[in-house]
Amino acid sequence: MTTSAHASTRLNGSGLTLAYEQRVISQDLAVAIPDNSFTVIVGPNACGKSTLLRALSRTLKPSQGQVLLDGQVIGSYPAKEVARRLGLLPQTSIAPDGIGVADLVARGRYPHQGFLRQWSSRDEEVVAEAMEATGVAALAERSVDELSGGQRQRVWLAMVLAQQTPLLLLDEPTTYLDIAHQMDMLDLCAQLHSERGHTLVAVLHDLNHACRYATHLIVMKDGAVVAEGDPASVVTAELVEYVFGLPVRVIDDPETHTPMIVPVDRRRAGR
Amino acid sequence: MTTLISARSAEGGRVRLRTAWALRLWGGRVSVLVRPRALAVGLVLVAVSVAVVALSVSVGDYAIPLERVPGAMLGFGERLDVFFVQGVRLPRALTAVAVGASLGLAGAVFQSLSRNALGSPDIIGFTSGAATGAVAAILVFGAGRTVVSLGAIGAGLATAALVYLLAMKGGVQGYRLVLVGIGVSAVLGAVRDYLMTRADLTDAMGAQIWMIGSLNGRGWGEVAAVCAGLVVLGPLLVGLGRRLRYMELGEDTARGLGVPTQVTQVVALAAASALTGAAIAVAGPIGFVALAAPQLARRLARSGGTTLVLSGLMGAALLAVADLVAMRVLAPAQLPVGVVTAVIGGSYLLWLLYTEWRGNRA
Repeated sequence: MTTSAHASTRLNGSGLTLAYEQRVISQDLAVAIPDNSFTVIVGPNACGKSTLLRALSRTLKPSQGQVLLDGQVIGSYPAKEVARRLGLLPQTSIAPDGIGVADLVARGRYPHQGFLRQWSSRDEEVVAEAMEATGVAALAERSVDELSGGQRQRVWLAMVLAQQTPLLLLDEPTTYLDIAHQMDMLDLCAQLHSERGHTLVAVLHDLNHACRYATHLIVMKDGAVVAEGDPASVVTAELVEYVFGLPVRVIDDPETHTPMIVPVDRRRAGR
Repeated sequence: MTTLISARSAEGGRVRLRTAWALRLWGGRVSVLVRPRALAVGLVLVAVSVAVVALSVSVGDYAIPLERVPGAMLGFGERLDVFFVQGVRLPRALTAVAVGASLGLAGAVFQSLSRNALGSPDIIGFTSGAATGAVAAILVFGAGRTVVSLGAIGAGLATAALVYLLAMKGGVQGYRLVLVGIGVSAVLGAVRDYLMTRADLTDAMGAQIWMIGSLNGRGWGEVAAVCAGLVVLGPLLVGLGRRLRYMELGEDTARGLGVPTQVTQVVALAAASALTGAAIAVAGPIGFVALAAPQLARRLARSGGTTLVLSGLMGAALLAVADLVAMRVLAPAQLPVGVVTAVIGGSYLLWLLYTEWRGNRA
């Protein structure tokens, strides 16, 4: 199990106990998001990966320990100040009836606005740019209701981009999308990481996607981090079997030369 | 798939918002959003309210021509004019406007927080608690109007607090608030029914009339009480309006954008409850205004989300119209205004929904 110490991290947590009411999900958890990484958190259902993301985005207050953003306890910042440094795309959001695409993306400017600064020319530029970056500029005047699932997810991402935060936290951004739109979304994330220099943290379900796109992988099981690091050095057949209880072979992805997981055919093995 | 990031458009960052125009002053240091459609709807509603108040003051068994109304309001003109306008009709009409505005505003807050179009002060048990408090004050203690009002407010606030505490579980979710509110209201309804069966006929009639809601005989004291609530709590709630609209995107999304959701929720619920309390204390639990006004306002404004100011103005116009109808439709007999609000508000809402669905805009 590799746990490397990272030189620089703007977002990290230590001694975290995460719980909903009495139900404890994680205990004494430590995690650091390397700056400028595309960090992906993976693990079986109910392993606590989304809970960790909620704690990192101060949506869930740890019952013990603390999350530090730029060296300061995240809960000690004013709410808008956090929102200028860290953007969050939650699993589910609700688009108000009949709202337009540009109007929804414009809502991402909230942390930069105030009573006498409701819609500056800077806001306008940033929103236009966020829509360009996510490929929804052509949809700007449409209703969000009319869009397909893939388009809608891009619009939500554009809203988060309009916050102009160096850190982006995405909770299962590919759920509910078909395979083509999943790859679309992940390509877009990779581009935000490599070309625009965002630090990304995403929770993903698909191990192969995680191995392809992550520069830093965090593997969780039963609320604990069991491995982290570069996917190529972390992902082994033993680890996957230990974490998911599924015997697999790890082969070379012919496209990207990252690890690729192929489940062992248990029907033939048992014969 | 390679050119996801396309070149900047020639327009150079112009974004057209659907419902708002930007107004930039002092070299862009101050920027304000103007919503032309909402502004127009608001002006129409103000005009309707003013017109209806003037009409309410003018008509009656002792009719006062409209041109003599402004003078009589200020105390000029014939003595009888001044007596009827200043002493009787104006305070009643203004009570209608203020109570309507309070209920509309509070209703919009409840609907926004519960993310439920059927949300109203009823859902957190407020109305039910207030009615039970008032009925108990009338039937058990034989109390007069002031004590009945205080009993209604006290019981209403206590019930709202109880519902809130029972529904709380690491923050309050809309549907839990609705379910707990329904449960508590059912229990209180049973208490009320029991008290009614034990009461003698005259007292029971009095209690029943209180529960329908009426503006008969309301004076300047009542106007002052409701307006005080509006002046203090109205601006506070309108100031929270933007946060409430963001919270309609979902709790996590709003927090991600930097909205302090829990503080906002508690403050907005408390202020809306107090506003409802003042309105109910003065006029009884007038039905349907809190439910219909926000729905009508958001449909007319087409702004995608709650519009607090418009909901308040819509409530004011709705109740002013309803009270005029209640006074005149079966004159000289007077209907309780609560009967009329349901008929007018309900029909209008049905008509709007019908045209909206036919136009395929739902």
